[in-house]
Amino acid sequence: MALLKIHEPGETPLPHEDERQIAVGIDLGTTNSVVAISREEKPEVLRDKSGGNAIVPSVVYYGEDTPIVGEAARDHINTDASRVVSSVKRLMGRGLEDVKLVAGTLPYDVEIPEKSETDNGEPMMVRLNVGNRVLTPVEVSADILRALRARAEESLDQPVEKAVITVPAYFDDGARTATKDAAKLAGIEVLRLVNEPTAAALAYGLDNGVEGLYAVYDLGGGTFDISLLKMQKGVFQVKATGGDAALGGDDFDHTIAEYLLAERKEGGASDALDASDAKRLLKTARKVKEGLTDQDAVEVAVALNGVETTHTVTRDVFEAMIAKLVTRTATITEQVLDDADVLPEDVKGVVLVGGSTRVPAVRKAVADLFEQEPLSDIDPDEVVALGAALQAEALTGGSDNLLLDVTPLSLGLETMGGIVEKVIDRNTPIPVSKAQEFTTYQDGQSAMMIHVVQGEREMVDQCRSLARFALTGIPSMAAGAARIRVQFNVDADGLLTVSAREETTGVEQEVAVKPTYGINEIDMANMLRESMIHAREDMEMRLLTEARVEARRNILAVRAAMDADRALLTPEDDQNIADAIAKLETAMAGDDRDVVNEAAEALENASRPFAESRMDSRIRQALAGQNVDEVN
Amino acid sequence: MSNTDHPAHKVCWSCKGPVDASALFCDTCNAIQAPGQLDHFKRFGLTPSFVLDIDAIEATYLKQQQLLHPDRFASKSGREQALSSQQAASLNEAFETLKNPVSRAHYMLRLAGIEPEGGEGHTVNDPELLMEAMEMREALHDAADKGTIDAMIKDTRKQARACEADLGDALASNAFDTAKKLTTRLRYLMKMTEEARAKKSRLAAA
Repeated sequence: MALLKIHEPGETPLPHEDERQIAVGIDLGTTNSVVAISREEKPEVLRDKSGGNAIVPSVVYYGEDTPIVGEAARDHINTDASRVVSSVKRLMGRGLEDVKLVAGTLPYDVEIPEKSETDNGEPMMVRLNVGNRVLTPVEVSADILRALRARAEESLDQPVEKAVITVPAYFDDGARTATKDAAKLAGIEVLRLVNEPTAAALAYGLDNGVEGLYAVYDLGGGTFDISLLKMQKGVFQVKATGGDAALGGDDFDHTIAEYLLAERKEGGASDALDASDAKRLLKTARKVKEGLTDQDAVEVAVALNGVETTHTVTRDVFEAMIAKLVTRTATITEQVLDDADVLPEDVKGVVLVGGSTRVPAVRKAVADLFEQEPLSDIDPDEVVALGAALQAEALTGGSDNLLLDVTPLSLGLETMGGIVEKVIDRNTPIPVSKAQEFTTYQDGQSAMMIHVVQGEREMVDQCRSLARFALTGIPSMAAGAARIRVQFNVDADGLLTVSAREETTGVEQEVAVKPTYGINEIDMANMLRESMIHAREDMEMRLLTEARVEARRNILAVRAAMDADRALLTPEDDQNIADAIAKLETAMAGDDRDVVNEAAEALENASRPFAESRMDSRIRQALAGQNVDEVN
Repeated sequence: MSNTDHPAHKVCWSCKGPVDASALFCDTCNAIQAPGQLDHFKRFGLTPSFVLDIDAIEATYLKQQQLLHPDRFASKSGREQALSSQQAASLNEAFETLKNPVSRAHYMLRLAGIEPEGGEGHTVNDPELLMEAMEMREALHDAADKGTIDAMIKDTRKQARACEADLGDALASNAFDTAKKLTTRLRYLMKMTEEARAKKSRLAAA
């Protein structure tokens, strides 16, 4: 008889060799991206071939051939700027309406589609004109992810198909979905989307074994997040989170660039800029910003339109320029502390994340706010990827640590008069499942429009629209008689699914929507077909793996039952089950999913009589117990 | 005999054998089970009571999440992942409901078959309370400095604590009419504290 490994309830048995694939952690940042791996809870970043930089700039150059990603792409800014795409994360999950707001701050052309919604009423995703291509932000992100995957495969010398990818805690549903879609395009299975500050806390928590309340202040290239986490006995519980999905170091660069332009204009030079000039100027501005981290003043030459000018930017001037932006992060932080009912002195430590926290004025603001020196012993550019790698290891190999995260933004429905009825409040722990009942307002109303929104404001038009769908076929009833139950489910990735159903008549009317901000299934399928990866084979492989996992569970369950109730097993059933298991094991060794599933079904049939006698026996026991009780 | 006759146990979806109806895992094959229809107190092994040791409940909550959270099932089959998600969501709902005194009171009233005030389509009909709320709101509106607001928050919190104690007594003695009124009052007091805090941070930001 086969030896059975006994597991504690809920303990994840280690997967078998064929499924134990390596999983990496990816920090897909606005400005920079990093990939890391963790083994035995020791995470490390993966560097380029020469063992140099861990950072891959999130910049893609679209020349005539395969896209080039990273430092090499950034070099093309000086020669072929119109084909270079950077900071694309700011557009993830964004519709046209959002982009109009940031237009002019983006260093590339955004295509304006003729209409802003698809025929299904879904908002259209932005498209970029780059060279002679038209690209969605999802495709550009997929190119960055492919490069990170390639780096990991090269560095680890084995295929990498699974990853934990981090997103800003404040990312809304559209941006999260877009990130998952990008990974799919790059041939990466996302084990979990983890919030960046949570990942950073994980990296710190494991190293230091900390307990208590911690704040993570994350100011990256394009996003700001502040999260409060309570750490106790291996559980990382997010208490509250807040932020701004469009505030970061990029804005510092813009401020410097505008300052330089204004100075040139005063000196008589033109301030006209084309897209290429803008990119070069921003590159210069970034250098100035970085220089001001260690120096009190930076001297810089700007050559545009054939006129070269020199400028001196002092740290004082720079700090005055960004004061408003820094104050905004402080205000958001105070709001989050209020949300969690926490005072600055309750916070045991403040973790700094993101390259922009190197700016001395930012550090000082954080120190003043929390009345303590922030922690920065892990490189703020690497800490998120390190945490993601730890989580990837935890998900594939098991762990004593657990992350409990929350929804960053409230989710609700449009009701009469364009008012939002909140169904799930912000900072609710996930996964969460909540339902709300609505009714009709007209006699005989046969359909109802369901409009799902995300945000804190009371009016629909001030919140982000996630999805719209109609519940039809409501039986004819008086106004107010129908009972329409709308169910919201947010999974552990923070992704929302909504379904609706009319309940009074018992008629099942269910529509499930998955808000897909702008990238629909058909587009996705086309992109997958066009992309270099063999999506179909990947999918087949995944289904086969799933069939094997299911079959193995089935065998283990039957064997456990045989061990528990051997007395109830007839010799005939014993033989039938043993034969069916043998056949299933043979099928699992092959690679035909249908054969595995058929053999699994045969095992189920073979073990049915045994399962039934186990049920009968338990019920008889229960009844016997009751009789005894009655006698007493 | 059909197993639905006997609610004490059900069929385990994995090994098809008998499993206790409220079990999280099958004791034969260890497979995770569906959450079932337990009330929020029972989920933490408690009987309904307004007076609770929230810290102890949180400890149970965290221990159970360690076992049930989807992160523990990332390399398991799709079905086990879905069940874990349902279990974790039920556990979250139970903890969130019990943690907050107002939602806990609402929940206990509903368990007793009483619809609390102030919900969908239920207007509050307590002139005394409405008057009190209006006065508090006016006082908050007029408060112009941090000190005044801090004093208001302190006072409202004190009142809320006293109200909670009364509410606990009312629910313990099944005095549901009184409990209903006290719950509404507690809800107002909590809301006032929240608004006062919001005003304080607005003042600080200005």
